[in-house]
Amino acid sequence: MTPPPSDFIIALPEISLLIVACLVLLIEAYSQSKVAAYLTTILGLLLTSVLIVFAGSADIQFAFGGLYINDAMGVTLKLLTCFAAIMAVIYSRQYLADRGMLGGDYLSLLLFAVLGMMVMISAAHFLSLYLGLELLSLSLYAMVALRRDDVRASEAAMKYFVLGALASGLLLYGMSLLYGLSGSLELGRVAETINYGVKSEMVLVFALVFVVAGLGFKLGAAPFHMWIPDVYQGAPTAVTLFVGSAPKLAAFAFAMRLLVDGLQPAHGDWQQMLAVMAVASLAIGNLAAIMQTNIKRMLAYSTISHMGFLLLGIMSGSLAGYSAAMFYAVTYVLMSLGSFGMVTYMSRAGVEAEELDDYKGLNSKHPWLAAVMGMIMLSMAGLPPFVGFYAKLTVLQSLVGAGWLWLALVAVFFSLIGAYYYLRIVKLMYFDAPASSETIPVSHAGDARMLLSANGLAILLLGILPQPLMTLCAYSIQMSLR
Amino acid sequence: MIEGIGYLSLTIWVPIVAGLLILMTGDDRNASGQRTLALVGSVLGLLVSLPLWSGFDSGSAEIQFNEIAEWIPAFNIWYHLGVDGISMPFILLNSFTTVLVVLAGWQVIKTRIGQYMAAFLIQSGLINGVFAALDGVLFYVFFEAMLIPLYLIIGMWGGPNRVYAAIKFFLYTLLGSLMMLVAMIYLFFVSGGSFEILEWHRVGLTMTAQILLFVAFFFAFAVKVPMWPVHTWLPDAHVEAPTGGSVVLAAITLKVGAYGFLRFTLPIVPDAAHELTWLIVALSLIAVVYIGLVALVQSDMKKLIAYSSIAHMGFVTLGFFLFNPLGVEGGLVQMISHGFVSAALFLCIGVMYDRMHSRQIADYGGVANTMPKFAALFMLFAMANSGLPGTSGFVGEFMVVLGAVQVNFWWAAAAALTLIFGAAYTLWMYKRVIFGKVANEHVADLKDIDGREFLVLAVLAVAVLAMGLYPLPVTDVMHASVNNLLEHVAHSKLVY
Repeated sequence: MTPPPSDFIIALPEISLLIVACLVLLIEAYSQSKVAAYLTTILGLLLTSVLIVFAGSADIQFAFGGLYINDAMGVTLKLLTCFAAIMAVIYSRQYLADRGMLGGDYLSLLLFAVLGMMVMISAAHFLSLYLGLELLSLSLYAMVALRRDDVRASEAAMKYFVLGALASGLLLYGMSLLYGLSGSLELGRVAETINYGVKSEMVLVFALVFVVAGLGFKLGAAPFHMWIPDVYQGAPTAVTLFVGSAPKLAAFAFAMRLLVDGLQPAHGDWQQMLAVMAVASLAIGNLAAIMQTNIKRMLAYSTISHMGFLLLGIMSGSLAGYSAAMFYAVTYVLMSLGSFGMVTYMSRAGVEAEELDDYKGLNSKHPWLAAVMGMIMLSMAGLPPFVGFYAKLTVLQSLVGAGWLWLALVAVFFSLIGAYYYLRIVKLMYFDAPASSETIPVSHAGDARMLLSANGLAILLLGILPQPLMTLCAYSIQMSLR
Repeated sequence: MIEGIGYLSLTIWVPIVAGLLILMTGDDRNASGQRTLALVGSVLGLLVSLPLWSGFDSGSAEIQFNEIAEWIPAFNIWYHLGVDGISMPFILLNSFTTVLVVLAGWQVIKTRIGQYMAAFLIQSGLINGVFAALDGVLFYVFFEAMLIPLYLIIGMWGGPNRVYAAIKFFLYTLLGSLMMLVAMIYLFFVSGGSFEILEWHRVGLTMTAQILLFVAFFFAFAVKVPMWPVHTWLPDAHVEAPTGGSVVLAAITLKVGAYGFLRFTLPIVPDAAHELTWLIVALSLIAVVYIGLVALVQSDMKKLIAYSSIAHMGFVTLGFFLFNPLGVEGGLVQMISHGFVSAALFLCIGVMYDRMHSRQIADYGGVANTMPKFAALFMLFAMANSGLPGTSGFVGEFMVVLGAVQVNFWWAAAAALTLIFGAAYTLWMYKRVIFGKVANEHVADLKDIDGREFLVLAVLAVAVLAMGLYPLPVTDVMHASVNNLLEHVAHSKLVY
């Protein structure tokens, strides 16, 4: 037996990321070069990824008196979060540079948000969970409001902040009730106490309602989805790209920590709440997306419906269900990065390619871009041979396996409706003539273009050979459940 | 793992790789190279599927040309390919049709020719995959993926209302497929964690489960066939699709649905199939009689042939649910024959449309005067479509009617009506288009078919006549597999 590593070794990735974030702020203050902060951000995230692997462990380790947990699921999710953040930074470089936003404020806020996500992912305690969540949320509020003179962005940030603060309040209230019931803030201890039997079942359900409502808010699941469309549409596309990607991984981890690590014994109670939220998300997300003319808003509603699917995986309450939900979260982040990456790439200085009509006839001018976007859309619709199909397949399978056949049918029904608006994008790109005879403007960022190609091909390749990613998710979940 | 790569894998991947290569050659500036590459790819695809015929042991009902490799072990999903006498002929038919489609689009398609050819080749590989897959998920992947190229083909090169038709086609078929997906997941659990189709054939099921599975599969396959009343996407899709798209739709895509009945519905839920025979027979007869009448009043040639396809496919489903060898084999023969005949008819209409840019019967008249060679070939296919003895159209219909007589005289009588309706709508259309006085100066200016068009139609004419005069090689191949299937279906697998 080797002695367990020191707490600071275990938390090394978070510590280094904090240092890098501060460093980026300093570079902004003292250096004229825009590139320095950008490169420091990417290198810092890469360094953090290396440290995550270095500090990672297949066994479950606790640090800082039970505040912090290090397990396989945490390692995988933190690593993927860092990768997603790197992709987001590369996608948005040109966009931000064109608008004079590529600076220390954006980049350091992004790094702080990643730090918040990592704290959430490794939280084993209500306090650290909440701390991470607030660090993430506050950074995101500021990022959305980054374009101060833009009315819509300010409005979006305001809505996001007010509603987010309300959700945090709900969550805290639920946590305080749970503390009153169990006498502990540690997730493991809470689970033990509930398992042993609580004094009042009613208080427990009461607490659950608040916790699940707060969670639904952060995930963006209906009926707590109101902020999503406005924030997605109002924020600068580069920020939407980030808001819509990596935080979903953190939200999944949040749900797992809270519901599975902390409240597994009350599974029967939260399962029903999740089922209702999932069906509502699928319905509202898919139906509302049909009516949108703004692609960012459409993708926002599509996010809501995807979160519904994710919740279905978690609610089935089995090992297979959790791995399915994790697989879904990872593939969703990949697709979301691709789609918003495309919107960012299509936008040039002074031109925002936000309207659906901006994609008309893309195939005739840029066949490869159209093909990549087409693959992403079909994957989101859940069609083989793209990875989105396997994400849906695994979730459906876990549902049927847990005896929720009717929910599987409902999910399938709404995917059919969802297919319509994804197909509409394909239709615009392939069937329609370009809106004007001029060339469709795209930015000329070679790095973003290469990343976009890789992103699209990854969706196809993972669709043909999904096994490695599935195994990774199943392994992470299996090693992390107590 | 597989030893080397089998012929079945080649029939799937050769066209797909060729299609991807074409896409990499860029835009229309390389059009002639892309055409050549497409022809080479499709001919290679046909060549690698020929050994399936020559190396096939027709005395055996076993799955042949097995290929099995690990794919997604986490869910026990295998890359499992294999064919029996039921599926093998369709791989050949598909590879063969692909060559014709490439030739048919040679000069007609002017824009984005590379994407057009690539879509057809990729589609061809995927359809071969549907017929060869023996793993449920693998089947589903091919079954769904083949919609994507066809959606693009209809939407990009179709007629004025193409977008509506493409989306309708896609959503209709997706609805069915998704129901099937849930059914497959259910079967996975019932069979103890297997996606192997042949394993599903052996699973005992309760009557309720069988009925529900039957309904799910019915949705998936009936939409594809298409059976009345879920047929409405087909005329729209056909009318708006380019010629090649119509050919593939009619000759191949419809067969996928009928094939599904034989591979999934009958063997997996035999008791439900017996129980619900009345439903399928009723829908089939409605398709034969009612859709036959609908075809009669069409003024658009393509729509007419589309409705005629639905009527002919009604024959196929009727044959399958007679549960006797004549019926099932008749249905299969009808499927292959319809593959040739409908492909030929759509190509004929395409030939006229390319010259006149109209599909309205009223715009034509007296074409025989200006296009004699074409009129002769068209005549043959029209006769085959109406089931004239000596053509392939007769064999299948006759077998199904004979099979139906053994079961119920009135079914047979109603089915036989198709011979009258079929002749009526096909020959009446032929008369109005081809014979009579030259209707207008556009018709007077028509040029007869060139060498390329002649080649395509002549090959099909030979196929139609050969199958009509000597169908034995085709039925021979199917015989063992069909008997095996019927024996399997005759045994109840009900559990209580």
